[in-house]
Amino acid sequence: MAVSSSRVATRRAVNAVFVAFCNLVTLLAIIALAAILFTLVKNGGGSLGLDIFTKASTTGEGLADAILGSILICTMAMAIALIIGIMAGTWLAEYAGDGRYGTVIRFLNDVLLSAPSILIGVFVAQMLVANTIHHPSGYAGAVALALLAIPVITRTTEDVLRLQPISLRESGIALGTPLWTVIRTIIWRASTSGILTGALLAFARISGETAPLMFTALGNNFVSWDMYQPMSALPLAIFSFTTGSPDEVKLAWAGALVISVAVLAVTIIARVVAQEKKQG
Amino acid sequence: MTDIASPATEITDATRRRSSPKGSGFDHWFQYACFAAATAVLAALGGVLVVLAFYGWPAFQTFGFSFFTSSTWDPVKNIYGGAGPIVGTLITAFLALLFSLPIAGGVAFFLVEFCPQVLRRPIGTAVELLAGIPSIVYGMWGYLVFAPAFAAHVEAPVQAFAANWPGSFLDNITSGVPDGYGILAASIILAIMILPFTAATLRELLLTVPAQVRESAYGLGATTFEVVTTVTLPYVRRGAIGAVMLGLGRALGETMAVTFIIGNAHSFPKSLFDSGSTIASTIASEFSEAHDPIYSASLIALGLILFLITFAVLAMARLMLRSQVRA
Repeated sequence: MAVSSSRVATRRAVNAVFVAFCNLVTLLAIIALAAILFTLVKNGGGSLGLDIFTKASTTGEGLADAILGSILICTMAMAIALIIGIMAGTWLAEYAGDGRYGTVIRFLNDVLLSAPSILIGVFVAQMLVANTIHHPSGYAGAVALALLAIPVITRTTEDVLRLQPISLRESGIALGTPLWTVIRTIIWRASTSGILTGALLAFARISGETAPLMFTALGNNFVSWDMYQPMSALPLAIFSFTTGSPDEVKLAWAGALVISVAVLAVTIIARVVAQEKKQG
Repeated sequence: MTDIASPATEITDATRRRSSPKGSGFDHWFQYACFAAATAVLAALGGVLVVLAFYGWPAFQTFGFSFFTSSTWDPVKNIYGGAGPIVGTLITAFLALLFSLPIAGGVAFFLVEFCPQVLRRPIGTAVELLAGIPSIVYGMWGYLVFAPAFAAHVEAPVQAFAANWPGSFLDNITSGVPDGYGILAASIILAIMILPFTAATLRELLLTVPAQVRESAYGLGATTFEVVTTVTLPYVRRGAIGAVMLGLGRALGETMAVTFIIGNAHSFPKSLFDSGSTIASTIASEFSEAHDPIYSASLIALGLILFLITFAVLAMARLMLRSQVRA
């Protein structure tokens, strides 16, 4: 009895240490992350005003050029990525089957999903900036971001299309509908919310990316609609202002708050869209 | 008889041939377009590899094997050796993994095994949301808030303490300027950055363990610790290794969180507090100024090395994760 009760005591003690450790590290992690968010809100909120959205960064009071640049570059990147990503996901789900080529694409897509974004930037810089357009431009930035969004969209599109029942496709084809019409008007329509979720997550990802824009869009201090020229973007502005004068640091905090809130909002919307689909 | 048959004779060849559905002529084109889009993914990844190899080749040709072993990085004399950034990349990534893994594991076990039901969803959602915060925000926080505090409250006291034994191991690994920027500080920021991601993936994995399996272990009288170590962890072993390697892949390629805080020195890091550099931070801070062909070739060659390292890590991660969860 004595032996077994001491074993029980040891097991209980080990378990208590384990539980305490898990509780402690969770608390620690929450505190660390809360500290980051708190500084962000405190410093960013203090310098956040309407000027941030209306004045150019040359005035030292706003980030209008960077915000406009981010919106233009991300919109264009998403337009490219949606077309290629949805088509690629459709091919993987509808045409590829379990063939070898499909397996290879699926695997490479997963690798591209987490490839270092700075290398995508270097790739696009070599292709477009060094050899085609010969100067940094908003277009190059959009292409670089599109390359980061495509794998996300491809992946989610394939996943949601595979969830649609075979009978849905068969009933369309039985009516004499061509396969491509079945895919467009039945399968895509049934998967709209899933594809939308993927698109929103991809948007959330690329809107915060800095590294791929550094050599492609480069940055600019003027409010500009010309995507053929170097263009500013919010992450780029944060990057250059963080190491600048105290006033610039204030702008950087405001920019960081704007971008974090935007990313969080888009992510939450994506979750809500996904949730509604599960219930409906 | 003839009455019934007579309409049949009026059917012409044209109507007898089954007409194709309207628009089916585009079927092939649609399939080709989808195929082309899928191939574009392959072309993108292949293109990155080819471009990095092609434009980085001059560096390997000029410096040969010393590109991997020399830590001389001299843009003035145009002599480049990548050992500093390569070692810096590996050290910071492994240290970051070392710091964040126990914490991420603890958070995941906490959420799955014994978190109060009320907190389970909010904390779980918060962890997933935090995984999406842009890395530049972590880098900025590290540069403006963490580094000064780290210098004052950790580096300076530890150095003062280590000075009691001059020349000892502790003294050696804590030498350098205690300014808060260096290998250790960068590793900690990286660890904080990959923490939510690793925790969220591990949590998702642990949730795939069937309730019966876990409950039968509890039913035998196992403690939570025993259930975790002997039942749930072995159950998700392959996937867990995959999740960890996915985190490692992120840490290896992370740019912005590191560039701010590692100090960007190309020499071989001598201690944990010493400035260093990673491949990504070197490219980020120098690529736009590298006008000399051999300079940019050296940076691209570093990029190729990073690409090959992360490709190997990510490929292994994906192969291990695939069997359990599509994270």
